[in-house]
Amino acid sequence: MSLATASLTSLRQRLTSGEISATDIIKDVTTQIDNRNGDIGAYLRWDPELALAEAAKADISLPLGGIPIAIKDNINVTGQSCTCGSRILAENYTAPYDATVIQKLRAAGAVPYGRLNMDEFAMGSSTENSALGITRNPHDLNRIPGGSSGGSAAAVAGDLAVAALGSDTGGSIRQPAALCGCVGLKPTYGRVSRFGLVAFASSLDQIGPLTQTVADSALLLNHLCGVDPRDSTSLDEEVPDFTANLGQDIKGLRIGLPKEYFIDGIHPGVRAAMETAIKKWQALGAEITDISLPHTDMGVATYYILAPAEASANLARFDGVRYGYRSSTATNLMEHYLQSRGEGFGPEVKRRILLGTYVLSSGYYDAYYIKAQKARTLIRRDFEEAFQKVDLIVSPTTPGPAHKMGELKDNPLQAYLEDVFTIPVNLAGLPGISIPCGTVTEDGKQLPIGMQIIAPHLQEARMLQAAHAFEVG
Amino acid sequence: MPKYILTIGLEVHAQLNTRSKMFCACPAEYGEEPNTLTCPTCLGLPGALPVLNEGAIERTILTGLMLGCSIPPVVKWDRKNYFYPDMPKNYQISQFDLPLCLGGGVPLYELAYPKDAQKSIANPGKVVKLTRIHLEEDVAKSTHHEKFTTIDFNRAGTPLMEIVSEPDIDSAEEAFAYLSSLRQILIYGGVSDADMEKGNMRCDVNISVRPEGQTELGAKVELKNLNSMSAVRRSIKYETERQIDCLNRGEKIIQSTRRWDDDLGETTLMRTKEDAHDYRYFPDPDLLPVRTAEILERVRPQVPELPHEKRDRFERDYAVSAYDASVLSSDKALAAWFETATAAQPTVPGKKIANWVINDLLGLMNEGSLSIADCPITPAALADLVATVESGKISNNQAKEVFAEMFKSGRPAAEIIKEKGFEQVSDTGALEAMVEEILAANPDKVAEVQAGNDKAMNWFTGQVMKLSKGKANPKLVTEIVKAKVAG
Repeated sequence: MSLATASLTSLRQRLTSGEISATDIIKDVTTQIDNRNGDIGAYLRWDPELALAEAAKADISLPLGGIPIAIKDNINVTGQSCTCGSRILAENYTAPYDATVIQKLRAAGAVPYGRLNMDEFAMGSSTENSALGITRNPHDLNRIPGGSSGGSAAAVAGDLAVAALGSDTGGSIRQPAALCGCVGLKPTYGRVSRFGLVAFASSLDQIGPLTQTVADSALLLNHLCGVDPRDSTSLDEEVPDFTANLGQDIKGLRIGLPKEYFIDGIHPGVRAAMETAIKKWQALGAEITDISLPHTDMGVATYYILAPAEASANLARFDGVRYGYRSSTATNLMEHYLQSRGEGFGPEVKRRILLGTYVLSSGYYDAYYIKAQKARTLIRRDFEEAFQKVDLIVSPTTPGPAHKMGELKDNPLQAYLEDVFTIPVNLAGLPGISIPCGTVTEDGKQLPIGMQIIAPHLQEARMLQAAHAFEVG
Repeated sequence: MPKYILTIGLEVHAQLNTRSKMFCACPAEYGEEPNTLTCPTCLGLPGALPVLNEGAIERTILTGLMLGCSIPPVVKWDRKNYFYPDMPKNYQISQFDLPLCLGGGVPLYELAYPKDAQKSIANPGKVVKLTRIHLEEDVAKSTHHEKFTTIDFNRAGTPLMEIVSEPDIDSAEEAFAYLSSLRQILIYGGVSDADMEKGNMRCDVNISVRPEGQTELGAKVELKNLNSMSAVRRSIKYETERQIDCLNRGEKIIQSTRRWDDDLGETTLMRTKEDAHDYRYFPDPDLLPVRTAEILERVRPQVPELPHEKRDRFERDYAVSAYDASVLSSDKALAAWFETATAAQPTVPGKKIANWVINDLLGLMNEGSLSIADCPITPAALADLVATVESGKISNNQAKEVFAEMFKSGRPAAEIIKEKGFEQVSDTGALEAMVEEILAANPDKVAEVQAGNDKAMNWFTGQVMKLSKGKANPKLVTEIVKAKVAG
C-alpha cells in the first residue's frame, strides 16, 4: 500500500519506530500525484525535490516530524507562488514570507508539500471558479469536489496527500470535505492566525485541516492554533491538546438538531443518512434534542452582503502595480486598472467585488451593510441560546451530494445555497467539523455525505471527541 | 458691490515621529534608499495583516490633550477605499466615525501671525475650534518622470495625524497663525517635527465666501498642493479675490477642488463635486477597536507646559515684557536655553538675560540662520557675561564687544575680557586719587558743576575715564565726583 493512503497518526508511529523514513512518504505521495493528479487535478504545482530535501532534514522527534502537508494555494510559503486560483496572481508574485501556520507546521517538523487548487480567491463551492485548472471528485470524476478548498479535499480523499490545509469563509473546508468524503475542520474564529492567508472576507476566514480521520484532524489542529502578534484578531486563549479526549465516551452528551437544517429540499439520501446517524448518536449514549435556530434563513443573504463587502476592499490591492498580472496594452492609469483587473479576475470574483462595492456605497450602506451586521448578531445569538440547552449541534453539511461538473455554472444563486448549513457557523465565529456519514448512490457511483458538528466558541476539543466517537463507533 | 465674509477651515496632516510605522515594524525614517524600509504589510502583499503601533496612538492622544480635545472611550479603524498607485492596498486605514480626539482648539499666538500682520490682529487671543483629530497611515511617494512614474514605499504606512478645524478661520493671516501656532504646540509635545517645507506637515484649505448678511455658508472650495505656510496665505488671498470677482460678475461658485500653483500664484480646477470619490468607509475587520482609558492615564502626565503657559510664567517669574515672553516661549528649545542661563546665575535678574538673548543673541543667530541647538555660546557663558556687566566689572559697550567675540569663537567671557584688558577699575582708593587730580587741575569746571551744569559733570567723568584708559567704572567715578564737588 502507498504510504499516501495511510493516516497521519499511523505514519507518525511508523516513522518513530524507524520502519519508514520521511523521504519514503514524499516518494509515495509523489508517485500518487504523478499517477492520479492528471485525472483529479487537486494539485496546481508540486516540487518533489524540494520536499525530499526538506524531508531528509526533518526532525522525526517533533510531533509532526516528517509528515508532508499539502497547502491550499492561498497560503503564503516562502519562495513559492501563491496564485489563489487566479490569473491575477499566477505570474509575477513569489511569496517572500511564510504564513504563520506554515511557520508552525515547520516548527512541528512537518514539510509543506504541493499547492492545491481552489475557487478563485476562495469564492465558490465547486472549485470550478479556478482560473488555473479543473479539479474532479475522486469518487466520480464527472462531479465537482466542492469548494473552495476543492483541491485540498480531493487530494486527501483521493490519497494524493496525507493531510492538507484549507481555508473556510462560508463552508470552504467543510463542504468539500463532505462531498469528497474526508474530515474537514473550521476552528473558532481567531483560533488560527490568518497572517499569510490571502484574505477573502477577513471577519470570516479561518484556516483549518482536511484529513482522512478525526484523530489526524485533532493532531494537525494542535499545531495550527495559538495567538499571533501579527494577527490582531487571533485569540489569546489556551490551546489544549485536542487529541487528549479522543476515545472517551460521549454518554450523556446533549446533541441539538436544528429544525431549520432539516428542511424540504434536502436530498432524500442525505435525510436518510442523517436519520441513521441520529440512531448511532443515541446508541453512543448521546441525548438528542430538537432545537431551533430561528434566523437561519437570513444566513445566506447576510453572508452575501458582508463577505463581498470585505472582499471588495481586500481584493483592491491586486492592481498590477507592485506584483501580479499587469495588462500590457494600457496607455494610462485608468486603463491600467481596468484592463489589469478586468483581464486578471474571473467572473465570480468580479460579481462579488461589484456586489461588495455596491453594498458599501453611499446611500446603500445602512440598508445593506449595517442591516447585515445586525442580522449577523441575531444569528450569533441563536447559537448562544441553543448552546444553553445542548453541548453540540449536528446537521447535514450540505443539502445534497456532489453535483455534476457545470451543473450550477449558470445559476450562481443556486450555487450560493450550497452553503446554507455552513455559512451561519462562520457568521457566528464558531468551530465546525464535517465528517463522513454514509453515501448515496447516483449514476451507479457511491457519493459521500457529510455530517456537520458545531460546537460552542473554543470547544473544538468537545467537538473532536464526539466526532471521533462517531467515526470509530 | 456687497461686502463679503470669508470662511476658512483647515485640514492638517502631521507626520508623527514614531520609530516604526503605523501598522508594521518597519522604521519610519526618511532619506533612505527608495523601497528599503518595507515589508509585506506596508507593501500590501497578499496575506499580510496590520498591527497597531501604540506609540502613534499615544502621540495622537497627547496632541488631543494639549489642544483640549475630548478622548472617546472607544475608537475604531476604518477602511477608506480609493485606487491610486501610491496606496499599497488601495484602501487607507483611517478613522471615520470614532476618531481618537474630538473638539478642542488651537490658540493663535501673536507672534505666529505673519510679521507684517502682527500690528493689526483682528481677533487677539482667538482660539480656533477643532472638529476632530484622527490617526491614519500615510501613502507612498510618487515621483513623476516624463514617461513613467516611480513609487517609493518607504513612506507608506507611516503614521499620520489629521487635524481638522471647524470653519472658524476668518482670514489668510489667521490661517497662517493657526498653522504656525499648531506647529509650535506639536513641537512642544514632541509628537511631530511639523515642518511644512519638509513635508512632515501638510495642509488642505477649505474656503468659502458669502455676501455679508447671508447666514448660509458659500460653496466650499478645497485648495490642494500647498507646500509652505506662505503658500497657504497667498493661495487664500488669491482664491478669495477670485471667488469675490466671480460673485461680483454674477457667477456661481461650485463646490470643487482646486490646485495651487506656487510659481504662477494661482489656483486651477482639479475636480468638481460630481466626480468626488465615494470612499465607502467601513470598519476594518483586521483591527479591533481600541479602549483609550489606560493609554489616556499613561499619556496624561506627559502633557508639557504649552507655549502660552510658558509665556505667562516668564512674564510673571522673570518680569519680562509680554512681547519678550512671547519671543522666548515661541521655541521650546530657546525657552529651555533661556531658563538654563537664568539658572546658571540666580542672582542676575532674568530680565537682563532675556534682553541679551532677544536683542543680541537672536540677532546674530538669525543673521547666520542658526537654530538655538547650533548656538556657539552656552547658556552658562552668556549668563556669566551678563553677571560681569551687572557687577560693574565691564561696561555695557565693552560687553557687546566681548559678546561678539564669544559668538565668533565660543571662548568664555573672562578670557576675552582679560585679553582685551577690559577689567574695570572699581578700587575706590585709586579712583579717588584720579578724581582729585582732575578736580585740582580744573577749578573753573568745578564751579560749573556746583552751578548745576550736568554737562560739566559728564566732562569730569569722561576725563577720569580717559586717564584710566577706559578701565574706570563710570558709575563709581560719577558718584565720587558728585561727593567731592558737593563736599
